[in-house]
Amino acid sequence: MSVETTKASGAQEFEKTLAASDTSVASFDTHSRTPLESIQHRLHKSPAMVPLIILLLSVILFAIVVGGRFFSPFTLTLILQQVAITGMVGIAQTLVVLTAGIDLSVGAIMVLSSVVMGQFAMHYGVPAPVAVAVGLLVGALCGFINGILIARVKLPPFIVTLGTWSIYAAVNFIYSGNETIRSQDLETNAPLLQFFGNSFKVGGAVFTYGVLLMLVMAAIAWYVLNHTAWGRHVYAVGDDPEAAELSGVRVDRMLLAVYTLTGIICAIAGWALIGRIGSVSPQAGQFENINSITAVVIGGTSLFGGRGSILGTIFGALIVGVFALGLRLWGTDPQWTQLSVGALIIVAVGIDQWIRKISA
Amino acid sequence: MTQAQEPILTARGLVKRYGRVTALDNADFDLYPGEILAVIGDNGAGKSSLIKAISGAVTPDEGEIRLDGKPIAFKSPMEAREAGIETVYQNLALSPALSIADNMFLGREIRKPGFMGQWLRMLDRPAMEKRARDKLTELGLMTIQNISQAVETLSGGQRQGVAVARAAAFGSKMVIMDEPTAALGVKESRRVLELILDVKKRGLPIVLISHNMPHVFEVADRIHIHRLGRRLAVIDPKQYTMSDAVAFMTGAKAPPEAALAA
Repeated sequence: MSVETTKASGAQEFEKTLAASDTSVASFDTHSRTPLESIQHRLHKSPAMVPLIILLLSVILFAIVVGGRFFSPFTLTLILQQVAITGMVGIAQTLVVLTAGIDLSVGAIMVLSSVVMGQFAMHYGVPAPVAVAVGLLVGALCGFINGILIARVKLPPFIVTLGTWSIYAAVNFIYSGNETIRSQDLETNAPLLQFFGNSFKVGGAVFTYGVLLMLVMAAIAWYVLNHTAWGRHVYAVGDDPEAAELSGVRVDRMLLAVYTLTGIICAIAGWALIGRIGSVSPQAGQFENINSITAVVIGGTSLFGGRGSILGTIFGALIVGVFALGLRLWGTDPQWTQLSVGALIIVAVGIDQWIRKISA
Repeated sequence: MTQAQEPILTARGLVKRYGRVTALDNADFDLYPGEILAVIGDNGAGKSSLIKAISGAVTPDEGEIRLDGKPIAFKSPMEAREAGIETVYQNLALSPALSIADNMFLGREIRKPGFMGQWLRMLDRPAMEKRARDKLTELGLMTIQNISQAVETLSGGQRQGVAVARAAAFGSKMVIMDEPTAALGVKESRRVLELILDVKKRGLPIVLISHNMPHVFEVADRIHIHRLGRRLAVIDPKQYTMSDAVAFMTGAKAPPEAALAA
């Protein structure tokens, strides 16, 4: 084959027929979509849509079957109060899951931090703000340990946090001697620890500071994830860590930061937990790790990383709250709540898989 | 010809050993301004190690690399990028779930001016999207309708286009392309080759690593043949045939004295 002729024609011999072929190769997606495909595309763009729709439907459902008792400002804000802790831990869990990780130790970190705050304020006689700061530091340290093991030692997140879950829970019981600090004692000595239990009323609606805290934290996390470079890098790391590294994202540093931040958020949730239950109990919040993962998954965040949103997680937590309270007001066996939450998880993962199969 | 000019990048006597394997054995390399230099070689000849040494992905054990006459020693791909050397990796290094604009600016985002950017670290989406759109338009890729479209909704050729546009947008010295047509169909390959020529027209020299001889002979100005960890010869594609090149690269035939590397 002569090189000169191919140069002159600008194309290889076998490509001659290309001139006659359809030239739409580099053009984008103009074919019309079926209604189902349009839905798929819309959901792909805003993954929080599914949980939002389910949330609205479930509120309407319970408003119909339970009636005014459910659909009152008091009940609806009660749901907010009940999901505030799960929502906060869920925000932390979302960050981790977006990086394609998982954190099973979130509940243990939260309780350990709250116990440290209580012990420092009550038994070491330090001022309440210092006790809170120490608690936040303990949370950060727990998260940092997770981060080092995952980002530097390169162990799988599931295994690392399965281990540290046991360790932090055990430390919590050993350190506290399984002692509960009573609400009255906190009230007289360190009311700051119960700060997030305070509430105010707007008409029939009751908002605790804890609920406000959750909403503020969600807003901050949403902003950071969507409008800062750091937030985009969280998604990039979960999507494809090698690609992120080659694009100039320091993946191990990012993971270390995410797990440490998760520890801090859990410690803040621990502070809010004291306000929610009034006392400091090493027994509290045992299931927050599972609850937070449930909220994340129902909220449409993919366990494979790189896809999902904070908003979805908050909706996910609210859906669980609506089902729990709605079914209770309806007078059913609490097991029905468990059953419906289980079904929701499976439906959510099914929808996630379907959305991921998107084609242009 | 180009040889009269000073090379943009030179490498002399690069050595890289992995345990008992010597991947680079006194390899040399020269890239001149405005040219497309193809690098060919058999599997295991050390092409990848050579390219990685230039793009900062590996640090050679011995030897010297000079960019614009100044010695350089990259410790990471980031440093090479900051020096103006962009690489289009074979796997493209794109994040599928992020948008085209987010991908193009991944790792070097533009922040809003003033308080929002400096203290709240807010991204300047409009600015990034505008620059991304300009770049894609320049390269004739603006059939892409929506710059905020996720990369995973693009075809293979379109993704390659985004990766090339990213390299062309930020590469101030040179662009390295690793097997840019390997995963593409006939039509999409053609589009990418045109894209490579477009980038060249804009004055950026390109290092093209490829196993596809027709593509190499079509676009390359010079061909660097790598064999057994070193530069065997540099040939002019107009004076040799593809079978010559394959024969040199596999050792079936010895290259003529004139083409032999010093």
